[in-house]
Amino acid sequence: MAVEAPVIHEMGHAIKRKEDPRFIQGHGNYVDDIKLPGMLHLDFVRSTYAHAKITRINAEKALAHPGVLAVVTGKDLEAAGLAWMPTLMNDKQMVLPTDTVVYQGQEVAGVVAEDRYAAADGVALVEVEYESLPVVVDPRKALEPGAPVVRPDKNTNAVFHWEAGDKQAVDKTFKEADVVVKQDLYYPRIHVSYMETIGCVAQFDSIAGKLTMWMTTQAPHAVRTVASLVTHIPENKIRIVSPDIGGGFGGKVYVYPGYVVAAVASIKTGRPVKYINDRSEDHQSTAFGRDWYMTAELAAKRDGRILGLRINTTSDHGAFFGDANPSKFPAGLFSICTGSYDMKAAYAEVNGAHTNKPPGGITYRCSFRVTEAAYAIERIVDILAHKLNMDPAELRKKNFVPADKFPYKSALGWSYDSGNYQAAMDKALKKIGYAELRKEQEEKRKRGELMGIGISSFTEIVGAGPANTFDILGLKMFDSCEIRIHPTGTAIARFGTKSQGQGHETTYAQIISEELGLPVDAITVEEGDTDTAPYGLGTYASRSTPTAGAAAAMASRKIQAKAKKIAAYLLEAREEDLVWERGKFFVKGSPDKAKTIQDIAFAAYTNHPPDLEAGLEAVHYYNPPNMTFPFGTYVCVVDIDRGTGEVKVRRFLAVDDCGNIINPLIVEGQIHGALAMGFGTAFMEEIKYDSDGNQLGGNFMDYLIPTAVETPRWETDKTVTPSPHHPFGAKGVGESATVGSPAAYVNAVVDALSHLGVTHVDMPLHPWRVWQILKDKGVAL
Amino acid sequence: MISKESIIASLNNVGPNTLYELSKRLILLIPASFDYVAPRTLDEGVKFLEKQGDDAKVLAGGHSLIPLLRFRLASPKYLVDINRIVGLEYIRESDGYLHIGSLTRYADVEASQLIQSKYQVLSDAAGHIADPLVRNMGTVGGNICHSDPANDLPATMLALGASMVALGSSGERVIPAEQFFVDTFQTALKLTELLKEIRVPVPSAHTGSAYMKLERRVGDFPIVGVAAQVKLNAQGICENVGLGLTAAGPKALKPKGAEASLRGKKPGEKEIREAANLAAQDAQPVSDLRGPAEYKREMIRVLTVRALQRALERARGGT
Repeated sequence: MAVEAPVIHEMGHAIKRKEDPRFIQGHGNYVDDIKLPGMLHLDFVRSTYAHAKITRINAEKALAHPGVLAVVTGKDLEAAGLAWMPTLMNDKQMVLPTDTVVYQGQEVAGVVAEDRYAAADGVALVEVEYESLPVVVDPRKALEPGAPVVRPDKNTNAVFHWEAGDKQAVDKTFKEADVVVKQDLYYPRIHVSYMETIGCVAQFDSIAGKLTMWMTTQAPHAVRTVASLVTHIPENKIRIVSPDIGGGFGGKVYVYPGYVVAAVASIKTGRPVKYINDRSEDHQSTAFGRDWYMTAELAAKRDGRILGLRINTTSDHGAFFGDANPSKFPAGLFSICTGSYDMKAAYAEVNGAHTNKPPGGITYRCSFRVTEAAYAIERIVDILAHKLNMDPAELRKKNFVPADKFPYKSALGWSYDSGNYQAAMDKALKKIGYAELRKEQEEKRKRGELMGIGISSFTEIVGAGPANTFDILGLKMFDSCEIRIHPTGTAIARFGTKSQGQGHETTYAQIISEELGLPVDAITVEEGDTDTAPYGLGTYASRSTPTAGAAAAMASRKIQAKAKKIAAYLLEAREEDLVWERGKFFVKGSPDKAKTIQDIAFAAYTNHPPDLEAGLEAVHYYNPPNMTFPFGTYVCVVDIDRGTGEVKVRRFLAVDDCGNIINPLIVEGQIHGALAMGFGTAFMEEIKYDSDGNQLGGNFMDYLIPTAVETPRWETDKTVTPSPHHPFGAKGVGESATVGSPAAYVNAVVDALSHLGVTHVDMPLHPWRVWQILKDKGVAL
Repeated sequence: MISKESIIASLNNVGPNTLYELSKRLILLIPASFDYVAPRTLDEGVKFLEKQGDDAKVLAGGHSLIPLLRFRLASPKYLVDINRIVGLEYIRESDGYLHIGSLTRYADVEASQLIQSKYQVLSDAAGHIADPLVRNMGTVGGNICHSDPANDLPATMLALGASMVALGSSGERVIPAEQFFVDTFQTALKLTELLKEIRVPVPSAHTGSAYMKLERRVGDFPIVGVAAQVKLNAQGICENVGLGLTAAGPKALKPKGAEASLRGKKPGEKEIREAANLAAQDAQPVSDLRGPAEYKREMIRVLTVRALQRALERARGGT
């Protein structure tokens, strides 16, 4: 049954993505594509106030409107014990409010109707009367005494206090220091703006007593378990299906009120119910990213040697603490904030606060707060360089963790698996022509032109995570792969993760292809259906390759071990005399005496050894021994228009190291996308609120994401430093560029202005923000 | 408390980017129901408006109207789709005027050799409206009739000294651009009239024009924009200047002081700066997500300098 001259396309090949033909031809199947007979539509009345008592909800007119079937309120849910639901961080969250709304855009009542238009008409006809309450939108003010308390069920806005490191040891380094720099850094609140908004279709089968939810979720299994625990519907009677997902970036790990109301509405009506957020609803109510106020301090010797780092942070979590973090990490993995630098001591502190804003925090490819950490260290290191009048590249090189010190124990306790920061930096500087650029900058300054070069040499931490520390509500953060080889030598592989555009159908197939020698096209990859896929914690924080990718290799190796027994039987040889060459076993010294994996697969069902079970399948639940630590050096070159303050990114070079690469094309695509997102963060994206808690910019007319016109032609390169503990030496890469790039953009702009005495500019770098500096410094045209 | 009524009531009393300032507080994105009418001739269209004009909205390219409908800021009883009316898409010169049919798409203006060679401000502006998808659908007439101060064509028409030809049941009337733009979302066009065409005087020799636009991102509404047309005589003396300001007040503005300051002068760096300062003084920008008022005023100055410089280069034979 051998396939002739199979094209294997194992790891390392830049093959085109297997999933793309259906996406680019419009044959993807997203939640909103699901249409069931008799399906109803759910839309929400949302709060116009950021904080208010609901004094009256009058649904009469809505219920009289043709097509409107029901209006669901918090009181209705309260009767079913579902007015509140648990969050991923041991807090609870309103599904629908019973008496108080706590942010603008919050769901107040659900309108169920025969079609989407009738639902919207119904929403417009529901009358809600409010009595406004005092509002707090700034987390720093929320923690002051006397601030309005956001939650009706709590008496404080304090969410958590978290700290890491040895405070006294850090204080000592600051005493020993020749120079200390300190900077307030605000990382603005942003929204991931995935192409597909949040939504679901709920279908309750009253005969079987089974609830099926097609849902935009990055973690279907965890949702199923939590849903079962909350509703007491047996877990085998809940099926969560994540069909194709149009981008998640962390925003689709959260469980949203609309999911719950849709399920309740389907159970009550006996009909399927669809709920899809409009873009504006999505922007105004779903999970945001960042919103961190940091004060970073660095202590150093006069020669540039860094001694210690101290960061104090106030973080905004909105009205409910629902960050999609591992449960033991309220501040995410912020303690990676020592970055790529070897220092004696560090201390980081985060104080979380409730505000009258939507919940969230962990989204937008942030690797659990690594974006904030990388931004803080890469900014403050640059500030130190300028203070010492040292080249920022030289200062970094002086402080890098040396390549021979890995595995490296960081001051805040992480064990970095592998790295070679100097190599990535050297490659980047050479490729961009750093010395020439510095010369050009000097000449331009003489002519009054503003040009800047920004560097970011970040370290990431991804692949959550080792079961001893990483769990979500107690569910350990392993991930899984199940492979079945069919008799004719093709296969299906299922995973506990869920691609939202990452290309799993291709990369996972390449891993199995690498391990078993099956052609990529002979391997079908499936994810997202909890009735068929093995249990896993899902896809976010760049964890799929480190966890489920590893599971694919381990499951393949189990299959290979069984295949060897079958080959030995077929070849009438001893197992220990067999040699594996990708795709076949042969007898040592007799390459002609061989059995291909396809021969073996057929035999597994037709002619297997009598003492062996039939079939060729394996499942593996992979518990990573450590996190992986990707890294890189980014260099950004900007020119500033002295008339308008506009910043033009002339060049951007990203040298990334994510260990061994499965598919270079996909890795490069991931980097391009994340560089563009980093660009958006640095230059244009921000969700702002006025003091009444009105969200400013809750749609794409006001909230801008960059296009190909603004972004430069990305230049990319790589170094390869494999992870020593991962089965095939890979690290995650999906978020490296959102983690690493914002500091490079900001550093470049500050570098262009540094000779004027500018040390910092907060993101987003709006033209008027830059222009104001030009004006203040007397250089505006 | 924000209600739809309070927002609509406030429509008459707000600065540029009005819809966009308001829409962020609204989250309905499904229009209310309406009846749809698609006249085949101008006559048919005008007759319908004569009867139902008060309850109707005219749909051309739809890129302003559809968002209004989706946010339910407009809930007309009738949508009058004029896209099937034949003979409203044209660009031609005759009788001393450039005639642009009101249904002419931005993309056709952008691509027109005639406009590129003699009315550069118009091709500059049309070529930078939103993105190619919008430019394939959006119409010159719709852009103008919406009278959004953040639209690019009202200021352009002010700079060019254009006139609008309105058609009602009693016939045509010609309205100069200066009188056409009344206020935010308000024009001199009656609810019972259709805009038929735009007329731009054919420029004499040594005339050049340019449009400069500052935006947060391609496709966004401008922070500000400046349209300029300069006519020189054979000695290089400025005979006439037309300027128009985008997103600088409740409607597109014509800074007359700046225009007058250049007339009869040989425009050098000093004269251009003086005119730009006057234009900035005339601007009435408001602070919003597109920048603080002070910044916008300064950018009117910077862009007026750049637009005039470009227009002068073109008047002197450059491109």
